[in-house]
Amino acid sequence: MATPAKRKFVSADPDKCVGCGVCEYACSAEKEKVFNPLKSRIRVIRLHPLVNMSITCRLCEDPPCVAACPRDALKQSEENGTILVDEDKCNGCGWCIEACDYGAITLHPEKKVVFVCDLCKDKEKPQCVAWCPEEALDLETSETLAQKARITAVKKLFQEALKEETS
Amino acid sequence: MCYSSIKDATINGGNDLFGYAGRILRVDLTSGKIETEPLNEELAKKYIGGIGLGMRLYLDNSKPGIEPFSAENPLVVATGPLSGTMIPTGGNGHAFVSKSPASFGVGEAKAHGAFGTEMKRAGYDAIIITGKAEKPVYLWIDDDAVHVMDAQHLWGKSSAETEDTIQKELGDFYIRIASIGPAGENLVRVACILNEKTRAAGRCGLGAVMGSKKLKAIAIRGTKDVQVAKLDELKDFIKVIHERMKGPAARKYRTLGTPENVLVLNALGALPVNNFTYATFKNADKISGEYLNERFVAKIIGCNSCAMRCEHIVVVPEGPFKGTTTRMEYESLWALGPNCGIDRLDAISKAMDLCNQYGMDSISTGVIVGFAMDLYEHGILTSQDTGGLELRFGNYDAEFELLKKMAYREGIGDILADGVRLAAKKIGKGAEKYANHIKGVELTGYDLRGLKTAALGFAVSFRGADHNRHGAYSPDVKGSVNRFKAEKGRGKIVREIEDMYTIIDSLIVCKFSRGTYYDGFKDLAKYYTLATGYEMSPEELTLAGERINNLGRLINIREGLSRKDDSLPYKIMNVPIPDEGVSKGSHVTQEELDLLLDDYYETRGWTKNGVPTMEKLEGLGMEDLAYIVEAKKIPTETEKASVDAEKTPEEAY
Repeated sequence: MATPAKRKFVSADPDKCVGCGVCEYACSAEKEKVFNPLKSRIRVIRLHPLVNMSITCRLCEDPPCVAACPRDALKQSEENGTILVDEDKCNGCGWCIEACDYGAITLHPEKKVVFVCDLCKDKEKPQCVAWCPEEALDLETSETLAQKARITAVKKLFQEALKEETS
Repeated sequence: MCYSSIKDATINGGNDLFGYAGRILRVDLTSGKIETEPLNEELAKKYIGGIGLGMRLYLDNSKPGIEPFSAENPLVVATGPLSGTMIPTGGNGHAFVSKSPASFGVGEAKAHGAFGTEMKRAGYDAIIITGKAEKPVYLWIDDDAVHVMDAQHLWGKSSAETEDTIQKELGDFYIRIASIGPAGENLVRVACILNEKTRAAGRCGLGAVMGSKKLKAIAIRGTKDVQVAKLDELKDFIKVIHERMKGPAARKYRTLGTPENVLVLNALGALPVNNFTYATFKNADKISGEYLNERFVAKIIGCNSCAMRCEHIVVVPEGPFKGTTTRMEYESLWALGPNCGIDRLDAISKAMDLCNQYGMDSISTGVIVGFAMDLYEHGILTSQDTGGLELRFGNYDAEFELLKKMAYREGIGDILADGVRLAAKKIGKGAEKYANHIKGVELTGYDLRGLKTAALGFAVSFRGADHNRHGAYSPDVKGSVNRFKAEKGRGKIVREIEDMYTIIDSLIVCKFSRGTYYDGFKDLAKYYTLATGYEMSPEELTLAGERINNLGRLINIREGLSRKDDSLPYKIMNVPIPDEGVSKGSHVTQEELDLLLDDYYETRGWTKNGVPTMEKLEGLGMEDLAYIVEAKKIPTETEKASVDAEKTPEEAY
């Protein structure tokens, strides 16, 4: 069983993400054999030219989507932490959509049941990660993200000292 | 408020070609009538999409000689067979086509971003808008449901404000919008149509055509699937192009961006300064792409589906314009900067932002400001004419003020808002010698006096002065030809790039990606085949490129344009480059222009007067358009003189 700290999920580096949406096309082409962002498990948002980011399932611990489902249609995989949808039980009521803070679980426009990132479990790696032209997407754990954040913070604090060292 | 709506077919309805939506939307703003019709597959294969299909639909749905601002002038917007797919740069474009209020010939302008993807997913290859609304309206296309909405509350707003307002009132963040600003509403002949706030279908004044229809915006939300014929093979090919886009073919756009041109052209003595007075700029370093990237560029972002990302977002870091955020490309930087003698990037960024706020093509606008400054410096315009505005070269405050006067047609701005050709005519006193335009469309940032292949490309471009119809500056700048010489053979060079460029604009892929198609038409034909399922050979696609160039020419012929309109501005032909350096003394003589035109017409299979012959039209499968040539009675040499004396279309104005 994957402990929460080791669960790998797809995360976008906002400094690298340019808002191109290639991840959306890669996902819908892989999963649905069509190009359609509405059928993508990862979605990109551009709030401002400088503010771009792709978002998908974070594999939360104690996932609110699972807790919100009144029909027990959702459960979290013990193996890798992804959210498993029982399409027979789901009736598309949308409680899970409302519960998710990231807009990561959505209603399939045709099947009328919810769908969510499964990390492309049959592939070597998630196709959004494989296709991202900016290498902005990666499989991260809460631990690797925290490490990156620490390094960035310390870099900022010691900007001047680092400059001197490299020059 | 909703006037009418439709519900019908789904995407790809009744069509064997994948990639295309298979459907055309017609909206008449006078009657409010909205209908759809299937896409004619033969037309799609022959004219591809984008400007090709758009121009053909324009031609078939318009009468000759109409006034660009009349209700009967259709405005066409078209996507291509690749729109809405994952093809890098190919997924996101759209093209507007109409009769240009600047050239009075065919006007076309493309933009990228995401509007085109949404239009395809809504299920339309093209939208043909005719008529005129009584009050300001906007189109709300919600997949199959099409509504004409009240836009009185949007009138006067910028495109950015319009987008925010529409997304909010319709309650959907993913709605994509193409709209006009105040300049389009006020029928400014250089008004553009903006989408995603910073992407402009800029040239030919098509924003004013939209304004004449009282159409503020087209808002689209599309939720349908875009299906291609051979998904796996297409994905493999896209992977190859992605890799190429990481390499040298896209380096310029991924690093310094188009502003790299500043120092390149300056070194060649080909950077137009002070309204094409000089060809070098003493303060080029202060406005270079290098300096811009070091101090101003905050992030480089990408259009939908793109794997190159080129959009350099500038944030002014300090000074009076601190915080100004805008997209910046070479052409805008040049037009609003050195062409007006302005050497401050913060002021240029501010002017660019103002152009977007008002909704004006930054290239034409900058050339108009430079023209006005030139007239002022020469005493042709006085401070009395300008309402006290000190229109000296370098005066950026005056530039800002003039942009506003143009957008709202106040004082001198009212005259200048018609573009340099018509303004020069009104001002008189020899002003036309300072008017840098071809076919009424303002020049772009290349000093054609020392770039003679480019000079030919600009002269024959069917949408008027423009570098993006032919890219013929490239052999000049790269040095693969002697750029100071006019000689036979340049016609073929221009023709070949033109045919490629019309395909690029019809598919639609981005010009910045052109270097990644190592095998040229073969690569582009592969895209077409894999997306649509129709086996397109490189030869057939090349022929389509030629066909579309002939189509542009035919529309112009129908509208009364001829060889005499394939001209160059006075300064390019009569004032040699004065700057010390490599290009000193260079200019294009009438004799040289005639030689270049003769050579070009010959390689195109056109008559001496620039009219496609019947044999040429038959060879291109365009017999159905022979009536245009027949109506004009191809003049013999003896008749030519009387043809030359004919009234030009803009004279009616």
